[in-house]
Amino acid sequence: MAEPVQLPLPGFDQARARWRRDYEAQIGTDRVVRNRSGIEVKPIYTPDDWDGSRYMEELGFPGAPPFTRGIYPTMHRGRTWTQRQLIGLGTPEDFNLRIRKIIAAGATGLSLIPCNSVYRGYDVDECPIELLGTCGTTVNSVDDMDRCLEGVDLGRISTALNDPSPFTLLALLLVVAEKRGVPWSSITGTSNQSDYLSHFVANHMFFRLALPGARRVLLDHIEFALEKIPGWNPLSVVGQHMQQGGATPAEAMGLTLSTAIQYATDLIEGRGHAPDKVLPKFTFFFDISISFFEEVAKFRAGRRIWQRIARERFGAKDPRSWRFKFHGQTSGVDLTRQQPLNNIARATVQAMAGIFGGLQSMHVDAYDEVLSVPTEKAAKIAIATQNILREEAHLTDVIDPLGGSYYVETLTNEMEAKIEAVIAKIDAAGGMYRACETGLVQTMLGESALAFQEKVESGEEKIVGVNAYREEGDAVDVPALDRPAREAMEAQIARLVRYKEARDQAATRRALDGLARAANSTSDNVFGAVVEAARAGATHGEICATLRRELGFGDVLVVP
Amino acid sequence: MTERPPKILVTKIGFDGHDRGSRIVAAYLRDAGMDVVYTGPWQQIPAVVKLALEEDIDVLGISSLATDHLLVPKLIEALREAGLGHIPVVVGGIVPPEEEPALRAAGVAAIFHPGASREEIVAEVGRLARLARAAVEGDV
Repeated sequence: MAEPVQLPLPGFDQARARWRRDYEAQIGTDRVVRNRSGIEVKPIYTPDDWDGSRYMEELGFPGAPPFTRGIYPTMHRGRTWTQRQLIGLGTPEDFNLRIRKIIAAGATGLSLIPCNSVYRGYDVDECPIELLGTCGTTVNSVDDMDRCLEGVDLGRISTALNDPSPFTLLALLLVVAEKRGVPWSSITGTSNQSDYLSHFVANHMFFRLALPGARRVLLDHIEFALEKIPGWNPLSVVGQHMQQGGATPAEAMGLTLSTAIQYATDLIEGRGHAPDKVLPKFTFFFDISISFFEEVAKFRAGRRIWQRIARERFGAKDPRSWRFKFHGQTSGVDLTRQQPLNNIARATVQAMAGIFGGLQSMHVDAYDEVLSVPTEKAAKIAIATQNILREEAHLTDVIDPLGGSYYVETLTNEMEAKIEAVIAKIDAAGGMYRACETGLVQTMLGESALAFQEKVESGEEKIVGVNAYREEGDAVDVPALDRPAREAMEAQIARLVRYKEARDQAATRRALDGLARAANSTSDNVFGAVVEAARAGATHGEICATLRRELGFGDVLVVP
Repeated sequence: MTERPPKILVTKIGFDGHDRGSRIVAAYLRDAGMDVVYTGPWQQIPAVVKLALEEDIDVLGISSLATDHLLVPKLIEALREAGLGHIPVVVGGIVPPEEEPALRAAGVAAIFHPGASREEIVAEVGRLARLARAAVEGDV
């Protein structure tokens, strides 16, 4: 075995001086290169920057603090990431057809993306028909959910629901499971859009209830899941929204950890839960941009900081509380409309950053996502990309293969410092809830989005086919767009109307009244009342309307 | 009399809430000296028409990331009914190529796709604003 490196290394200083002379002679005036988070990137990294002498403090081994190298001992060599493609289009039948094909193609988890009308809290019979089913599936009732999941074994496949507060899709899913005799204890999956703070500041798609109501219902939902659906992850803190909204990678990680601190504080101090009861349920969801090394460092640093927060700030003792479990989605912001097949190359690099960053599940964007809702062909390529990276490129053979790189370790430390500075800024502003309420976070995102766009405009940041390497007549290679057929949507609306007519009206009324009472009481679990309402036959739109009336619907804080 | 700067309403109709694009474009137009009225997402068509009237805007900009551009023909119809048919409507965001003709036919004056430059957007919106104002003030 080799002896540990001893510094100074014989000949190191002279070799470095010679290199610097040669480098400067050839390059002339060197430009300053900065990554998206604003960290200066040097032309070379050596043991001067990172010498491994703090290996145990900074890295250690996977599965143990500080988790820089991964949260599990085996990482992808044991179990690769869950390939979870976002799917949602048209009617429940359309969705069902699509998921069966995706499962057959190798997807190991499902995700359900509802129609934007669902995100806004409406049923199909109260919306402009032009928009229905164009961006997601129209699912409003237990009947709709049952048809979405026909032929899917709910006890065996994990389901991620894009389901913001008040979590009606989960309620519908639980009732479907009941009807099929599938015990709730066997249901696994994630409430993918439970992070109302990121919705409020960055991705308003999912923002329904006003801030105080959203805060209350999230905590109720988490408590319900802890008690009754042990295999469910009720909380996914969404850094993806922050980065898509404009945050730099370091800012996105910092704001996300600050959000998690807020939720943990609300549960531990506000509701009196033991840290080790709630923290193992925390999951995260991040954007993976094409800034390859920066993204890898972002994830490695994020793991290290989260375990420190869990242990030092919250006093968690159970290692499950310290693990930073995350889903990654390759970034749509980096994709281009020009020469769209190039997006396959972009998504591949992004996916590699996610894999080397140690993620637990992934969605790879389809190359045509910048043109329309992904087509089936493009979605299959996104799955194949992951299969190729795993099976042919063997990216999963070695755990944290970039660990020990002078550059990656230095960058991980520098990103860590940047991220910590963001957390300190939010702490100083009174925590994430307060910082969102006052518009501080929105201003940060707006400034960073504009700064990045300025770099694209000036050509400092080059985008192939957009501000560099443009080709005349590189007309968009148009994918076949499937907009849902109008007749299918008319039938879907008619079906919902019939569903509403056929149910037990008195029971539905009672359950919705019960939901209103729960919202106004301080002790009832609002999410429990949502499940009751779904079981009695109430629809998504009716449940949302009730809570809109009782808890106030949220509007966006417009920050110029 | 000094000429008042072009006044642009930047808004989002329908259900989508992604506002990174609309915020950036609003900042561009403002930096170019235009007077920008900016709203949050999810505006209803009647509310947009009312705002266009009250604010006496020169150009109406609709940002669409998801499929809200499909409502733009209805919006233009509502503007015409309110006597505001002279206001040019521009759309920025994700508009699939095969849906462009329907928007043009409905009267959309310009469509800015991802990758459109600041220069292009500012120049075109400025040009449309001058044309619109000239039309309103009569031939000078």
